[in-house]
Amino acid sequence: MNSVLKLILDGEALDTAQIGKILGLGAEAVDRELAALRQQGVLLGMRPVLNPSYESEHRVRAVIEIKIRTEGIGGFDGIAERISSFEQVESCYLMSGGYDLLVVVTADNLYKVAGFVHERLARIDGVQGTSTHFFLRAYKKDGFIVNAEGSRRDQPSVSP
Amino acid sequence: MDSSGRFVARHVASLPKSGIRDFFAIVSKMKDAVSLGIGEPDFVTPYHIREAAISSLEKGRTSYTDNRGTQQFREEISRYVAKNYGPEYDPETEILGTIGVSEALDILLRSTLNPGDKVLYHEPCYVSYAPSVTLCHAEAIPIRTVAADQFALDPAALRAAWQPGCKLLILNFPTNPTGGTADRSKLEAIAKFAIEKDLLVASDEIYSELTFEGDHVSIASLPGMRERTVFLHGFSKAFAMTGFRIGYACGPAAIIDGMLKVHQYAIMCAPIMSQEAAVEALRNGRDSMLHMRDKYRERRDYIVRRFNELGLPCHLPRGAFYAFPDITSTGMDSMTFAQKLLEQQKVAMVPGTAFGEAGAGFCRASFSTSYEKIHEAGERIARFLDTIPRR
Repeated sequence: MNSVLKLILDGEALDTAQIGKILGLGAEAVDRELAALRQQGVLLGMRPVLNPSYESEHRVRAVIEIKIRTEGIGGFDGIAERISSFEQVESCYLMSGGYDLLVVVTADNLYKVAGFVHERLARIDGVQGTSTHFFLRAYKKDGFIVNAEGSRRDQPSVSP
Repeated sequence: MDSSGRFVARHVASLPKSGIRDFFAIVSKMKDAVSLGIGEPDFVTPYHIREAAISSLEKGRTSYTDNRGTQQFREEISRYVAKNYGPEYDPETEILGTIGVSEALDILLRSTLNPGDKVLYHEPCYVSYAPSVTLCHAEAIPIRTVAADQFALDPAALRAAWQPGCKLLILNFPTNPTGGTADRSKLEAIAKFAIEKDLLVASDEIYSELTFEGDHVSIASLPGMRERTVFLHGFSKAFAMTGFRIGYACGPAAIIDGMLKVHQYAIMCAPIMSQEAAVEALRNGRDSMLHMRDKYRERRDYIVRRFNELGLPCHLPRGAFYAFPDITSTGMDSMTFAQKLLEQQKVAMVPGTAFGEAGAGFCRASFSTSYEKIHEAGERIARFLDTIPRR
């Protein structure tokens, strides 16, 4: 794997100058590397991972299972891309199993999610049915344990 | 007024406290200190190994075991050691499960040394070797290792340090705190000398999986050495299992039998859940171990380069997870350097002298920590060095 990519995937908070120093590349080389990764569509973006309990004071998050009728509309891609374009949609996946698309949405409150479902999703030609589930509590997010109360709490800061 | 000190044995009262303790006391009170002083993996024990311990508890396996450890534990050790180090040991008579290498070494010394015996060991070294010898009323004789030799043990220095009455030689490759290793040819020369002088060898190979360059060779695998070597190993470093306190000794039956006597009276047995976690590590831990080793190697390359850029010459440690930069260009001794660095920039490194006089002029920096911390420590050390005239 690309050394820059490997380092940022480790999840440490490092800026490009720090990454450059660690890899012995220089900040500009790291910037070039990151630009290339974006260009190739490998790296879509970088954003901080927030504790969902902080987020939940301002936002609600729901996962919506969507069943699609494909006759007469030519496959899933068109609908999936349309749904992905809504700004409320955080992620959208085509799934195997009992439904077709899995969509994660965030909104200011429960009513806005409800409004999104019946005013936007339900009106899309081909959407046969939806099932909405609200997130209640997060225990782990993007590889980070939420409320990790310091598994190393009692580790001595100096030891032989 | 506590006057209970009069009850403490003379040889214990006169034993110096570990130099690391003073540092720990200061650092633990500092809020934003960056510590490069931690002598254990920064990884949590791989999940599948933790799960084995959890499962052991869930099944209600909370009893004592055979003093030597469970049959399964000893059989897995036998397989692992034969496969990775060469010598074959009989799980019935030649393997003993212990509370880490610390206990294994302690009971080896206690079961082999008579008062006045002499023990050779190479310095700088882990903090317990000389005190453990002293606690056996025996005499510890250091052999100096040097940076120019990447802190490998020079067979000529061993020969020069030897004196009548020497019974045992303690080896530790890769070495804490220097990362020194010994290649086959050096080990062969050491082995030849051990045979010539009829020395028993205690080989602490706790960092052996964390060898970054070349293959690790155990002295126990060399001709004529199995019968005079006790191979000491554990799970703390390779499998990030320090808190499990689990290790083992492999050696000739009569020596293991002597160790077993001390072990059964002092310890009874290693905790059963740790033994079961260790079995999982021996069977399925290799991938996790290799992943951690690769991470250490990357961080090693960075921290060593950084020290050299900062003008603190640092050899490339070939194993373990410690860099050992030379700080003499600052004109300070190890303790002063470490204290001032801690006071002024809140970076904790352990003075080399905590690992014996041969560590004078050096400090130990653990790279078993995140890039963020290593980077931040580097920046702070740079600021610190800017404030002092250099030689």
